[in-house]
Amino acid sequence: MAEVQFRFRDDEPVADPGVTVDAFGEQTNAAAVRIEPGDDARDLLPHLDRIRLVEVNFPVFGDGRGYSAARILREAGYAGELRAVGEVLIDQLAYMRRCGFDAFAPEAALDPADADAAFGRYGEVYQPTVDGRAPIWAKRHGIAANG
Amino acid sequence: MYKYDQYDQAMVDARVEEFRDQVRRRLDGSLAEEAFRPLRLMNGLYLQLHAYMLRVAVPYGTLNSVQMRALGDIADKYDRGYGHFTTRQNIQYNWIKLEEAPDLLADLAKVEMHAIQTSGNCIRNTTSDQFAGAAADEVIDPRPYAELIRQWSTFHPEFSFLPRKFKMAVIASSTDRAAMRLHDIGIEIVRNAAGEIGAAFYVGGGMGRTPMIAPCINAFVPIDQMITYSEACLRVYNRYGRRDNKYKARIKILVHELGKDEYTRQVEEEFAHLLTQGIEPPLAELERIQAHFADPAFETGLSDAIDRTDPDFALWVDRNTHPHKQPGYAIVSISLKPVGGIPGDASADQIRVMGDLALRYSFDELRVTHTQNIVLPHVKQADLYALWQVLQANDLAAANIDRIGDIIACPGLDYCTLANARSIPVAQKISERMAAKEQEIGELKLKISGCINACGHHHAGHIGILGVDRKGVENYQLLLGGCEGADTSLGQITGPGFDEDGIVGAVERATDFYLAQRADGERFLDTYRRIGMAPFKEAIYG
Repeated sequence: MAEVQFRFRDDEPVADPGVTVDAFGEQTNAAAVRIEPGDDARDLLPHLDRIRLVEVNFPVFGDGRGYSAARILREAGYAGELRAVGEVLIDQLAYMRRCGFDAFAPEAALDPADADAAFGRYGEVYQPTVDGRAPIWAKRHGIAANG
Repeated sequence: MYKYDQYDQAMVDARVEEFRDQVRRRLDGSLAEEAFRPLRLMNGLYLQLHAYMLRVAVPYGTLNSVQMRALGDIADKYDRGYGHFTTRQNIQYNWIKLEEAPDLLADLAKVEMHAIQTSGNCIRNTTSDQFAGAAADEVIDPRPYAELIRQWSTFHPEFSFLPRKFKMAVIASSTDRAAMRLHDIGIEIVRNAAGEIGAAFYVGGGMGRTPMIAPCINAFVPIDQMITYSEACLRVYNRYGRRDNKYKARIKILVHELGKDEYTRQVEEEFAHLLTQGIEPPLAELERIQAHFADPAFETGLSDAIDRTDPDFALWVDRNTHPHKQPGYAIVSISLKPVGGIPGDASADQIRVMGDLALRYSFDELRVTHTQNIVLPHVKQADLYALWQVLQANDLAAANIDRIGDIIACPGLDYCTLANARSIPVAQKISERMAAKEQEIGELKLKISGCINACGHHHAGHIGILGVDRKGVENYQLLLGGCEGADTSLGQITGPGFDEDGIVGAVERATDFYLAQRADGERFLDTYRRIGMAPFKEAIYG
């Protein structure tokens, strides 16, 4: 399993390997689950209180289903670790962060300076998501950010 | 028109720096071409047959004179002195060097322009009615809604790696001048019986290899929920659109396979959830944008009368001007389709001249049309003659809007890596062959694509031409009866294809047959619809 290279959380990382979404409902002890692109993240919503780690796999960077999975979990109130794994590349980091990912375990380690630049590139955003950042329209009209 | 504030400017400036960094990593080898490809595409940079091609976004086709002049200067500085206006209301440059692309983007950012999301599997530049804000028949100016969508869709974090590209159009007139129902999402801004503004959503239209006309999935989304509804449409597509086959990955296939009702049900369910997420911009933001699109200071009490003594001028007025909502003004279409020319091409000088004319005669505004022409939306009738003289002097006065010479053509095999056949030479030959009969034939929309991807909109042409590769030889299929607009229909193939000269002859036979058959006042399309394919086929193949 690839190392977590970037993590934006203070709690202790979960070491357990994630079980599949299908198996998760049965395995009442499991605290870590792994979402593949074809899985429905909403299948996990009844179990959010016992999940501490969700890995979302990007087998190829061009398959963007994981972005929706991440946002759906955060929108439902999931507060545990949300980790992007697989083909996680520099230029996807900022999008992933905005969709609620707070840990990144790229299968090929990224250049730390390039990653830093990518995380901080955009000081402004047009859309509110689940990351709590105030969108441009909120700043224009003096509206407090949600979340 | 819309003016950037510090936030909009910060976004495009950050994008220039990001792209500069991506190009640096590509050139030093730390970024593989495979990973660079979607990034440069998301910035409109294609590797074509001979060089890089850069597509610059013209949001909803609206430009001011400073921007237009800058586009002309860019054609000189980075290209070979030409720009090519496209069916997405954008402009493309065909001879770009990768190392220079970041500087080009920086030049664009100085005039509030960019190339963001002009390609790639993301939400593309939103198009609109080229007569917006000037047409007498619109419910309201659709561009503020398109601008709201532009901002929402720019760097949307969830929808930047969709199954396939995603095109949206916004109109606000039942006379659809933007082929709205041939988009992934077409929005018609409407007013309901209570006088409230809302958005009718048409989802799952498109051209390409499986052309489909979008069904209406919701006839009235309240305007303060339009972005949320769009987000729901996109989320269902991002999650369930096919990713196993790129030819079946557009949203039209999802809507078709699920069925309109089931797709709509899923959207409504997602919409109900997203309404709880506070993602809709407040109406104050829409109002802020609308203030940018207030009417210019039209003079009142003007006459619509003009001196038609010069017959060439009178013909141009008849063909290339359209009724304006304000008495004494006209909407002017500048044809980029001179006889034998390359459809949509303009030289750097011509681009700058059009910019200057907009400043002088059209309240500093221009529009790019999806038919690859330029519009000056607000010209005083009294200025038309002087304007026309400048156009004439610059080879911009072709009087052929919506005539057979006003051909839409994709770049085809002369430039494009996807093409199977050349489009431009076919357009040039048809334009030359038919020029003498053009006025007699009347309205006839002819559209040419060099491959099945249909960038030249051949499905929607009254006459459509599709270039294919048949055992290594370019072959052209003929289609009849396509139409965009309120009565959208898809063209039908006549029969076996033709070679390059053969297709020109086939077009001539079809139009000669129409001239022989037409009843009073019928356009080519009307005659075709009345008598059907069989007699046309007989005339074409004899």
